[in-house]
Amino acid sequence: MDSILKQGVSIQVRTEITDNPTIAKSFSSVTEFDFFIQTQIAQRIKIMGLDEPWYSPQRIGLSMYKILFLDFGYATFLTSDSGSSDVKEIILEKLPRTILLFTTATIIVSVIGIFLGTLAGSKIGSKTDRVTSSFAIISSSFPVWWIGMLMIFLFSFTYQIFPARATPLIPFTDPNYIGSLLYHMTLPLITIVMIGFGSWAYLVRNFIVDIVQEDFIFAKKTIGINQKKIIYKHALKNAAPPIITVLALSLSGSLGGAIITEAVFDWPGMGRLYFEAITVMDLPVIIGATYILTVFFLISIFVADLLYGYFDPRVRTE
Amino acid sequence: MTSITLKEIIKEFSKNRIGIAGIIILSILIFTSIMVAIFIPIDTFKEWNNPEKWISYPKVSVPVWINLFLNEKIPEHKILDNPNINNYRINDLSIISHRFGIDFEYDFFPSDFIYEFTSKYSESPLLEINVMRPDGIQLKLYSTSLPITNSYSNHNERVFSTDELIRKNLHLQSNKFEFSLINLSSQDIIFSKTGINEPLKGKYIFLIKLYGNNEANQITYSKMIIGGKAFGIMGTDELRRDLAVGILYGTPLALFIGLVVALASVIMGLLYGAYAGYKGKKTDEGMMRFNDVLYALPALPFLIILSVTISNSIFVMVGFLMIFGWVGVAKIARSMSLQIKIKGFVEAANMMGQKDRKIVLRHILPQLLPYAFASIAISVPAAITTEAGLSFLGLGDPSFPTWGQILHDANVYGASARGLWWWIIPPGIMIAITGLAFVFIGNTLEVIANPKLKR
Repeated sequence: MDSILKQGVSIQVRTEITDNPTIAKSFSSVTEFDFFIQTQIAQRIKIMGLDEPWYSPQRIGLSMYKILFLDFGYATFLTSDSGSSDVKEIILEKLPRTILLFTTATIIVSVIGIFLGTLAGSKIGSKTDRVTSSFAIISSSFPVWWIGMLMIFLFSFTYQIFPARATPLIPFTDPNYIGSLLYHMTLPLITIVMIGFGSWAYLVRNFIVDIVQEDFIFAKKTIGINQKKIIYKHALKNAAPPIITVLALSLSGSLGGAIITEAVFDWPGMGRLYFEAITVMDLPVIIGATYILTVFFLISIFVADLLYGYFDPRVRTE
Repeated sequence: MTSITLKEIIKEFSKNRIGIAGIIILSILIFTSIMVAIFIPIDTFKEWNNPEKWISYPKVSVPVWINLFLNEKIPEHKILDNPNINNYRINDLSIISHRFGIDFEYDFFPSDFIYEFTSKYSESPLLEINVMRPDGIQLKLYSTSLPITNSYSNHNERVFSTDELIRKNLHLQSNKFEFSLINLSSQDIIFSKTGINEPLKGKYIFLIKLYGNNEANQITYSKMIIGGKAFGIMGTDELRRDLAVGILYGTPLALFIGLVVALASVIMGLLYGAYAGYKGKKTDEGMMRFNDVLYALPALPFLIILSVTISNSIFVMVGFLMIFGWVGVAKIARSMSLQIKIKGFVEAANMMGQKDRKIVLRHILPQLLPYAFASIAISVPAAITTEAGLSFLGLGDPSFPTWGQILHDANVYGASARGLWWWIIPPGIMIAITGLAFVFIGNTLEVIANPKLKR
């Protein structure tokens, strides 16, 4: 990487001189001229900090500083759809698509999951409970991407309702692009929701089951408060902290997309970007994507921590 | 947490229908693996990516049993290598005849036919291929003299149905058919009714004759392939590979990957967690922070980086999976060990001056065993699906036909969009069944290990 940059500098200096013949004329001898070129190159290399090894504090500090302000430099191989190789632009192009698909899916999954889980948890051993639990176990042992392949087979080969590849064919400047994207999104969305909500419901059910057996719930039951109110108002609120942790983690995780799911549906999001970047070892892209995801991860953990205080007054600090 | 005897485990299992189901599925899988290991030679493993081995198999053909559900039967791909051999002499002429019989009971024409042979001869014998149809008509297909040699030597040749000579010969006999033979392929003529161009069902006999002067002439190897669109119990893929072989091989591989990863990572996690929990204080703090670092790493991207940069050998991959497998177990083992170490018997052992290592191994670990078994069973499916996922992305070991590898090939050749269901469904179902078996067993074991869950 360094040698490429250095080469670039010397080429730049030479072209500047050939572009501008007056510089060359102003020297009397060849050695003097050569010396001038060498000093020019050395100067620029020093300015860019390339004379020091990569681990020197200045260079690391500088790159850290750049990364902090989302300046990841230029990708070595990959480009965005619009042709730019600026890592920031690539990520900004892929991130909304991932949010569109995976974050939407996560929200749908968690809403269905919380509702079903609460229903199952409040009636342990009932039919709803047993169906939810067994569905959770069964659905979690099927790989999502395999279900994706089956869905493609079913809905794009047998019934031909949805397209097999999720990347819209029309260019993204087209006004119909958004609509086409949404249409292409349906199949992956259904797949992710179908596979995901079972384990969510199971998780929520287990939290609720723990809480329903606490004394205060029994006390409320004996007072005669309506069962529904107990479950949705009191039990669910008490189960909220762990649920929020899981929700925060899966929301921030959803930003990374699912590498394999995106590969199946050919969805042009973060997961595929990651995969492509890793396979060609495009370091700036890997660093950039990881950084963005880590930032989101930290933010969501922080928000979850704040929400804890709201739902569970015991963890509040004065 | 009391110790649990084997008897109790068996009792709990026999009460639990899901547990029994898990055990049954697992034993079937293990039985299959053993059968595969015994009956299919290991060398076939290496042949998986060798196109030479699969050359006589059909491309993307459906499983044979699909014909049971269809009104119009799809022709089966038949490889006939057991001819009826008859050698005789008429005067000076020695004749070698090979007869291949085929029952053709399908509603579509075969896709092609190939005759492959190796012959040992001198001079230049005459090879003749005729076919006897169920309606008694005999068609001359092919007759040519083999390349001339002076010495007694081997000659290997394939005669394809697309051969120009066969086409010409058939056109010479066009008076036997009531329709125009122009633009029809030779198999469409041979297997056709005489009135209209529809498949004629019945027994066909392909007769191959070698006429020569030398008595020592012989056909050492002779194989007739009638190309069809149905083959084997699982069908074949784009590269003509028999999927049944791939899926059978996948079983021991998946069990190997799953069990080795699960066993190793649970043992590692248990020792690590139990030791950290028992020692407490700074050791615990240090060990757990290291654990946290690994826990925070995103597993899949990291596995991809490792397999891209280091190696994608299946054994190295097992090692990578272990790195990420033990972390969660260690966390739980630590918290359990924290509870156990304040119990009387551990303190007593400590007072007696037993070494830390001994206390952890003798007194703490046995208490964690029920949990360990449950978590082994539960981490097997995770290992199998992760490996399958990596293989699916094309990062697996290409020399082993794992289920993920088969699905990867299916995805590369667009199997799902082309409707090649027999290529997609079986490997996925195998992954899911294997996973389910272990989840069932794990859940039952968990109920035993943690009676609180029984509610």
